[in-house]
Amino acid sequence: MNTPKKDDRERAIDENLKKVFDQTLDEGIPDRFKELLSQLKQQDAEQGSQK
Amino acid sequence: MSGSDPREELVDHLPAMRAFAISLTRNGAIADDMVQDTLVKAWTNIDKFQEGTNMRAWLFTILRNTYYSNRRKAKREVADVDGVFTENLAEKPAHDGHMQMADFRRALGQLKDEQREALLLVGASGFSYEEAAEMCGVAVGTIKSRTNRARARLAEILGHNENEAMEMTDDATMSVLSASKVSSF
Repeated sequence: MNTPKKDDRERAIDENLKKVFDQTLDEGIPDRFKELLSQLKQQDAEQGSQK
Repeated sequence: MSGSDPREELVDHLPAMRAFAISLTRNGAIADDMVQDTLVKAWTNIDKFQEGTNMRAWLFTILRNTYYSNRRKAKREVADVDGVFTENLAEKPAHDGHMQMADFRRALGQLKDEQREALLLVGASGFSYEEAAEMCGVAVGTIKSRTNRARARLAEILGHNENEAMEMTDDATMSVLSASKVSSF
């Protein structure tokens, strides 16, 4: 299996990757997406009543 | 109104989609446009989603397809690794680890798309090799080797910076280091 050194390296890289991801995750959901979703929902409700 | 609408679930995956898109494109504006396209596609094609399967995997598949088709369409627009991306970073307050993170992001940007993608899916997004392979339409072994090569390459790129960060104590050390850096490149 992996040597300890390689494991350390992988762990360090994965930790950094997670940090990069977390920075974005912490931003939450920008308003444009909330608006988009409610627009799509709205659109659907209108179409749905015609089906 | 039978059962729950899977579309209600879309919002839960948004942050992860953004994180993946931003890391993949290295450009916040392009990433968010991509996520928006993906969201609309997912919403309008929700009937193609098989309930009970992994929705995040389904969304990421749409997202990466969007990325590759956009990239083909507008190759010249694709992110500059050191411009937009580092500019955004510079706005954030400097703190411990800041430089290392900036270096890490830059190193990530130097990977080949396919390697970065594999690493982001497996190393950061928590997908299995099998799931990542299915999303990318390649063999499991291919994903494994891409991930391994990505990690090895990152370690190689960051190897230089690691030494610098540790010893960057004074100008004399720095000038020695930058001199040796030049010669080692």
